[in-house]
Amino acid sequence: MGRAIEIDEVRRIAQLARLQLSDAECERMAVDLSAILDYMNVLGEASTDGIEPTAHPLQTSNVLRDDVPQESMDSAAALANAPAKDAPYFKVPRVLDQAE
Amino acid sequence: MSTSVLTSVEQALQRIDAVNPKCNAMLEILGDSARLHAKALDEAAANSTRLPLFGQPIAIKDNICTIDGRTTCGSKFLTDYRSPYDATAIERLKAAGMIIVGKANLDEFAMGGSTENSAFGVTRNPWDAERVAGGSSGGSIAAVASGMVDYALGSETGGSVRQPASFCGVSGLKPSYGRVSRYGLVAFASSLDQIGPIARDVAGLARLLSVIAGHDPRDSTSVNAPVPDYESMLAVDAGPIRIGVAREYFSEGLHPETRAAVEAAIDVYRKLGADVREIALPHSRYVVPCYYVICTAEASSNLARFDGVRYGARAEANDYIGMYAASRAAGFGAEVRRRIMLGTYVLSAGYHDAYYLKALKVRTLIKRDFERAFESCDVILSPTTPTPAFKIGEKIDNPLEMYLADIYNCAANLAGICGVSVPCGFTAAGLPIGLQLMGPAMGEARLLQIAHRYQQATDHLTRRPAIYSV
Repeated sequence: MGRAIEIDEVRRIAQLARLQLSDAECERMAVDLSAILDYMNVLGEASTDGIEPTAHPLQTSNVLRDDVPQESMDSAAALANAPAKDAPYFKVPRVLDQAE
Repeated sequence: MSTSVLTSVEQALQRIDAVNPKCNAMLEILGDSARLHAKALDEAAANSTRLPLFGQPIAIKDNICTIDGRTTCGSKFLTDYRSPYDATAIERLKAAGMIIVGKANLDEFAMGGSTENSAFGVTRNPWDAERVAGGSSGGSIAAVASGMVDYALGSETGGSVRQPASFCGVSGLKPSYGRVSRYGLVAFASSLDQIGPIARDVAGLARLLSVIAGHDPRDSTSVNAPVPDYESMLAVDAGPIRIGVAREYFSEGLHPETRAAVEAAIDVYRKLGADVREIALPHSRYVVPCYYVICTAEASSNLARFDGVRYGARAEANDYIGMYAASRAAGFGAEVRRRIMLGTYVLSAGYHDAYYLKALKVRTLIKRDFERAFESCDVILSPTTPTPAFKIGEKIDNPLEMYLADIYNCAANLAGICGVSVPCGFTAAGLPIGLQLMGPAMGEARLLQIAHRYQQATDHLTRRPAIYSV
């Protein structure tokens, strides 16, 4: 019997989730996720024809507060936890190719 | 009142120092800031009216942001994270004169039911050091159960206050969705998360809930409804009580001693004159799979923010996507990775409708089950957990088995209703057993009233763990 999720699929999902996993971790993940997904398949037995989805327990939508200017967080405080910074900016590895 | 706030804070700090090495409930003890706030309160107190919780020490689950100390979420990723602001619930505690004495252990990002997923070691059950305290709010619960503090805040996504409360013999409340602001609670699954009060008894829960509940413009999902004085409501005559019991919550896998204790609790209510009736929650078998599809989907999205840019530990890599992937791999533990993977999978093209959309529809059915049930009863009574606290290491290699420990808890989060766990006895081996009562959305006053009646009629709270006399 095949597994619910194969190792190539695990690699694809890890890419989407931005998680660097070793081959051994991908293998273990395939085993764990397959067992959990098999269990979740019981949902397929529930009859949901014509049932609206519930994304949220409250009936409210588009709650807005009054547009009153308020003091915002001080940039030094916002940067305080950054692993790399060049105040007032966060520093990240190069995003655009140098050729551009 | 002659005792100064500073004196009671010093006593709590001494007690934490003595007891914490035995159970690892606290990740950080906030001695300096606690003393500072205590002195300020003592100086100001002469001219102010003392609120009910004035000067009371409290422990805070470490996924709730506090300016004082670190907010690690039990994760290596946030080992050194210091929040630049207080959560709304924290602001309210401070305004009521409470003193934060420590940040409490939890499963990493509140994902788990045992605190074994904490990057900083497991919390031991104050009743039996070989056993888990439960989770994810295991540290907050153990801090109260071991007598370090009388009050704590935890958080719930699927039973994370009620389940450990049951394992450790204290009282814990999951408020209705929207009753307490989530601003400053590090997000796990935003449609399920809720901060919950923890105390020895229901009166303590009521006192604490009145402080933290209420509308917050910074959380658009907080409900704009008046906050009653929950404690004074406890003294109001509860009138005729209708208790619903669902067969689905007494199914196979329920520990015989748990079943006996909960059946004895039903008898207590009968003697109090309650009308105990059978109700049906026909979609109960779908609760756990529905919950794990939705919570992992939301978690995979919420935890995308941990990318090594604005906070947290960064791993070096040549390009920015490699940096994200390496930082996340280095910072997240096994269960968090598993849930992010699962959530990403159920949201991905080709699987979204079969898993995520299907789970949202099943959620509607589960919610309707409860709406229908509450037409004929005030509260639904059940065990909080199928078994008493399990041994450390017993379930750690089997994530699915761990998920099933929350089987009676997740429905309340999916439906957005409130639920409480109160101690209802002990096993022959001396492990606490919890009784769960669930009430309709925003029905906390009545729920606590009915739970309080039970505590008045029983004496389970008089028994204390040996650690209590340390």
